[in-house]
Amino acid sequence: MAALTMYPESERLSAGERAAFNLYMISAVILFVLMMLLGVIMRMAQGTWLEVPPDLFYQFLSMHGAGMVGTMGMVTTAVMWFFLRKYVNLHLWAFVANYVLFLLGALCIIGAIFLGRYAGLWTFLYPLPTHSMGMWPNASGAWFMIGYLLIGVGMLLFYLDAAAGLIRKYGNLGRSLGVQWLFGGTIDPEHPKAVVASTMVIIANSLGILAGAVVLVMYLVGIAYPEFKLDPLVAKNLTYWFGHMYINATIYMGVIAVYELLARYSGRPYAISRPFLWSWAASTIFVIIVFPHHLLMDYAQPRWVSITGQIISYSAGFPVFLVTVWGALANIHRSGMRWTMPSRLLILSMFGWAAGILPAILDGTISINRVMHNTQWVPGHFHFYLLLGVLPMALALMYHVMGSYRNQAPNSGADRLGLPLYLLGGLVFTLAFLAAGHLSVARRMSSHLPEWVFTDQMGAAGAILVLLAMIYFAARISIGLLRGPVSGHAAHAAA
Amino acid sequence: MAFQDIIWAIAMAGMGLVALVFVHVVANAGKAADAATLTRTQKLIAGLRKGLFALLLLIFVGASYATLHRFPIPRQDTTLQASQVVDVLGRQWSWQMSRQGQAAGSSLRLDAGSPVEFRVTSADVNHGFAIYAPDGRIVIQTQAMPDYTNKILYTFTQPGTYKVMCLEYCGLGHAPMVTSFEVAQAPGG
Repeated sequence: MAALTMYPESERLSAGERAAFNLYMISAVILFVLMMLLGVIMRMAQGTWLEVPPDLFYQFLSMHGAGMVGTMGMVTTAVMWFFLRKYVNLHLWAFVANYVLFLLGALCIIGAIFLGRYAGLWTFLYPLPTHSMGMWPNASGAWFMIGYLLIGVGMLLFYLDAAAGLIRKYGNLGRSLGVQWLFGGTIDPEHPKAVVASTMVIIANSLGILAGAVVLVMYLVGIAYPEFKLDPLVAKNLTYWFGHMYINATIYMGVIAVYELLARYSGRPYAISRPFLWSWAASTIFVIIVFPHHLLMDYAQPRWVSITGQIISYSAGFPVFLVTVWGALANIHRSGMRWTMPSRLLILSMFGWAAGILPAILDGTISINRVMHNTQWVPGHFHFYLLLGVLPMALALMYHVMGSYRNQAPNSGADRLGLPLYLLGGLVFTLAFLAAGHLSVARRMSSHLPEWVFTDQMGAAGAILVLLAMIYFAARISIGLLRGPVSGHAAHAAA
Repeated sequence: MAFQDIIWAIAMAGMGLVALVFVHVVANAGKAADAATLTRTQKLIAGLRKGLFALLLLIFVGASYATLHRFPIPRQDTTLQASQVVDVLGRQWSWQMSRQGQAAGSSLRLDAGSPVEFRVTSADVNHGFAIYAPDGRIVIQTQAMPDYTNKILYTFTQPGTYKVMCLEYCGLGHAPMVTSFEVAQAPGG
């Protein structure tokens, strides 16, 4: 079965593709190191180990949030591209254009923050970006938003190209999602999971990016014509609709690596099934309508909207636990698994996702949200599934591609040390956030009460370990990808 | 035991259980099962998945009913008939709180044991109105949003000094945007 070939010919990267893939991946690991460094500085400042003035702290926080979310989006787009191009015709120019627009957008954001002093955070909650009380000029807010728009346009371009490829091959997005098999019929066993997941992401995240574009353009109109006002609640709904789908899309793009690679390392087929198709069809709906759980403390929201937020938050756990995580564990159980860096990272990602969404689901309960909202419980759960879930998915693909260049999965002694360091640091770092949240420690504050500081110091210590591990991964991956394939290996011979 | 401690315990138990399952599967993943064992194990795994589905469904229905049958947010479109009403205005970077019927400029004092209605709004950007009990834990919160008034209905049970902190980032003075008020023993309590 082709799926169990470790390094199939269909995944071979041509010279142009390899250059683009390297640009994405090496940029991403470098950005992750830099953004983590900002995170370490902020946790150390809260823990009183460093002095950072509040204006600089909030600039760092804005950069860290926008940078991490954007980089997660970029790196998982590369995961989706890497696998989807095997099944449908994708144009390399669209993939490269997304990268170029991402870089241009990132430059606007970096300039807005470090030259223009923008510190309205990645969530740009209306009307803060244009109501800074002199902390930054409105023009900085505008540049920040233009940066977002450029990144969004790049991603939409990539999605449009991918959607066109899917429609050309499968007729429409419903068929590529597999809805024709939900209620019966013989499922095509060769229908790729990557195609199903990509379809879901294209549908959901395109809507999210468009929602974000609407609110961003309205903001820009408001900057140009100050008499133009938005409804703050409508703006907040649009902002979280965008933000929620964007960050969730990174999970759904990243998990394609698990679907594609895990079976190769376990040696056991990981077949598509009706529950799988149901889970992705349901997740498509869930991810589009679950965003009101970010607005549970906006009591002015209609009651049914908040109830939807809670119920769908609960429902979203079913596909994750019963299909993806369960399927992955069943696939490797007593399989004679080959434990190397890619397979370790793949399983770590499943653990990070499964364990991380538990506190997230709890927080989606209105009565719990009343005491946990905007405490450090929130960064506790999202760092858990991003740091220990999504990022390992992307790292697994990077290591896998490095392995394909040598026809041998990477598994050096340093790798075997780096991963436990990353896991230990990640656990300490995220559990410190969760512990702080349960003690009602507020998030997003440049200075903390003396009684909060011990959780900050614990978090800072964990963050330092994560940073050290990530510096190692970044160096190892950058060198490994730049070296390229050893000539003579069929799967990745230079084109 | 604070409500947050219960949530913490549930989260840690759930995450711990997930970790145990992963440790078990990972520890056994390296050993390949023979065909007969594999068939038997796969049947067991399929059965366990059905069991997990039933358990999650039970938790889903039970938790939804337990947390929603009495909706935790008061009606926003009517007066709440509370004997104590406090108007709250957030602005960059201070809180203005005034009890209806209390002289302007005097410090806010409330009584434990009878409901308080907080009418929360903002003069500029989004703020988070969170009330911290004397033990340092949040007891209730809502967003303070321009153009909207969010109403909280809360009955204090413990007397003491309560702190209000801003929980929605609102600019440079976000962290020090703090005030406090006193809750007195319930009359006759």
